Amino acid sequence: MPLQRLQITAADPDPALLDLPWNIPLEEWPADRLAALPRGISRHIVRFVRLSGGIIAVKEIGETVAHREYELLRQLGRIGGVPCVEPVGVITGRTADDGEPLEAVLITRHLQFSLPYRALFSQELRPETATRLIDALAVLLVRLHLVGFYWGDVSLSNTLFRRDADRFSAYLVDAETGDLHAKLTDGQRNYDVDLARTNIIGEMMDLQAGEYMDEDTDIIAIGDALVQRYNELWAALTDEETFGAADRWRVAARIERLNALGFDVGELEMTTDLDGTKVHIQPKVVEAGHHSRRLLRLTGLDVQDNQARRLLNDLDEYRAASDRQGEEEQFVAHDWVTEVFEPTVRAVPRTMRGKLEAAQMFHEILDHRWYISEKQRRDVPMPEAVESYVTNVLAHRRDEQQLLGLAPEDAALQEDGGSWG
Amino acid sequence: MSETTHNRINADTLHDGSSGTYLPVKGTVTTMATVTYDKASRIYPGTERPAVDQLDLHIEDGEFLVLVGPSGCGKSTSLRMLAGLEDVNGGRILIGDKDVTHIQPKDRDIAMVFQNYALYPHMTVADNMGFALKIAGTPKADIRARVEEAAKILDLTEYLDRKPKALSGGQRQRVAMGRAIVRQPQVFLMDEPLSNLDAKLRVQTRTQIASLQRRLGVTTVYVTHDQTEALTMGDRIAVLKDGLLQQVGTPRDMYDTPANVFVAGFIGSPAMNLGTFKVNGGFAEVGPARIPVSRAAIAALGAEDNGKITLGFRPESLDVVSQAEASAFPVEVNIVEELGSDAFVYGTLKGSLADADVHSGAGDNQVIVRIDPRNVPAKGERIFVAIRPGEEHLFGAGSGLRLPA
Repeated sequence: MPLQRLQITAADPDPALLDLPWNIPLEEWPADRLAALPRGISRHIVRFVRLSGGIIAVKEIGETVAHREYELLRQLGRIGGVPCVEPVGVITGRTADDGEPLEAVLITRHLQFSLPYRALFSQELRPETATRLIDALAVLLVRLHLVGFYWGDVSLSNTLFRRDADRFSAYLVDAETGDLHAKLTDGQRNYDVDLARTNIIGEMMDLQAGEYMDEDTDIIAIGDALVQRYNELWAALTDEETFGAADRWRVAARIERLNALGFDVGELEMTTDLDGTKVHIQPKVVEAGHHSRRLLRLTGLDVQDNQARRLLNDLDEYRAASDRQGEEEQFVAHDWVTEVFEPTVRAVPRTMRGKLEAAQMFHEILDHRWYISEKQRRDVPMPEAVESYVTNVLAHRRDEQQLLGLAPEDAALQEDGGSWG
Repeated sequence: MSETTHNRINADTLHDGSSGTYLPVKGTVTTMATVTYDKASRIYPGTERPAVDQLDLHIEDGEFLVLVGPSGCGKSTSLRMLAGLEDVNGGRILIGDKDVTHIQPKDRDIAMVFQNYALYPHMTVADNMGFALKIAGTPKADIRARVEEAAKILDLTEYLDRKPKALSGGQRQRVAMGRAIVRQPQVFLMDEPLSNLDAKLRVQTRTQIASLQRRLGVTTVYVTHDQTEALTMGDRIAVLKDGLLQQVGTPRDMYDTPANVFVAGFIGSPAMNLGTFKVNGGFAEVGPARIPVSRAAIAALGAEDNGKITLGFRPESLDVVSQAEASAFPVEVNIVEELGSDAFVYGTLKGSLADADVHSGAGDNQVIVRIDPRNVPAKGERIFVAIRPGEEHLFGAGSGLRLPA
């Protein structure tokens, strides 16, 4: 046994961590220990490792920075509602067999069904995919800024994406340069957004140079779209609005508009002028996840917000079709889960269920049913739609539950950015 | 300020003697990129004590200034105020003679160095360095010229048309620096840039940043918590504590004449030994030792000092002497640290000094003594040491301020 006194800082340490070869520099870990290698050039060595049935990401990094990033991710987790990876722990005190001290590591849990941007761009990149990624990143940045998180290095490669119905949701992966404040200054927000624009355009220049993206795509416009999307959303969520005292309907309208954007209003400040002719309203506390919270309350299903929106729409249709509008919503929702959602998802062969999240699969099946119903000019029943979806769509899709990077034996491809099969 | 003093164009600034390289850097060619904090304060909402309290600091054109201090001292906040990332709640900040207090970060003509390390694998080193200029719409020929100049300074010329995978770790660091250089900002800002690097790269990059800054002559503000980094890199160092500027000066000033007890204990490694003693009849009573204190120092003591001084002495200002000497005091050796060219004794004061209020970098009631590495005492041995005359530092015990010698 190597002589090393490991120190593991973790909220819930998994004893299996002790079995990993901490006495070996991460770069030299044997392939049989690894689930995958990351793609592209990173300033730190990162490896994906299987542990107790899941996958963890291990990053070699200075001790102080490792503890700092761990704490920051924990704080973000505690605040809640911030889409970011979950920290597992920090390991220090690593020593190689020759006595050389080795760098500390930060361990995070791999986010299931998450996709690195290179995986999305390198298939056939459609311009709308880029737009949807940018939209997701703008939402993430707004959500982080709302809780006072300054990122300091916003980029596509520091983000993971998950399919979320017909959109994507973005998750923060790398918090190394970040900082949590009580409230961000405009300077901090603008700097983050400006840096995001520069980094994203740079990353797309790289995709163009690697011929993963059409060189005629206007990448500057895509970068500008991020700034625009961010500013629109920030204004919608935080701007003060003023109207005449007679136009009170605008209070409800503002809340509805925020709900439609996927946000709940926790606190809305309303003031009037001295003479009471003008009303000012300004949201003070807004929280993302309007649809997912509602779906969770009704059905116990915990899914992403746009998936929830889609599922709720289907629930509404079910309620109308079964003529149960007068009934308690919870009861109808329970029946919808047992009669519609679960049978549909279960009809997908077990071997293919790892390809997508259940809610995502359900969303795609609904889309597919609509598509074949249009084509065949009839109302295709759900079981038939599932069968067609499985054979014609899902069978040709890759497994996205743990789409990580390069196979461990393809190390040589790593610094080229690698290509996705 | 008149145009003539404002625009300095002469052969010297256009020519870098060491490599014969023309440096088309705005900061040294057209404008005086001084930085001035004019009673600048940052008070976070909901707090009473300012994070940065009326900072007055003037940084000269081309100067490398290091902001240093323990965590929470306000050094990063001060840097971010200059960057436009923190609001300035009182006072002003100027770059040259332009008041930038309320200007957005991207319009300040500053560059945060190392804000982005990520290298793009499919792009050449040249494109990796110049991509931000391309986004800004800079003409191609200009980009190439600026990238080539930066590459010369960074010793990356032969790699310009290659991919980053051909580069070593240190060279990749230099590409990251190159990204900031090609933007030709008036001021470089660096916030603990080495903290993310492993130990080997850290020392290497430290030297590179310092020498590069001198070659470029661009005003640079650098934040670190590490006093060794500050001493080895800065033209001048500003030490902060609790949001207050403690002292600003050259590394030599800070080391030789610390303005107060805090700076005395913070600057230097191993740290200065500091002890508080009663002054009696012109002498500080250090256990059995009588250490003369100047009349000027005694006269400068205030009511809050209560007739006591804090005496500071660096590990290298102690000599091992015989017990008979008037200024000798006993130290019991706990550990000897041998570093080849140097050796240090970590010891405890003994005898009547056992209860003295003394501390050092090694902890309370501990002193550190540099000794001849060819003649080290054994653990547990008692040695007698004396402060070399003139090398003591005197501070008021209550005020903590430096007393005249």
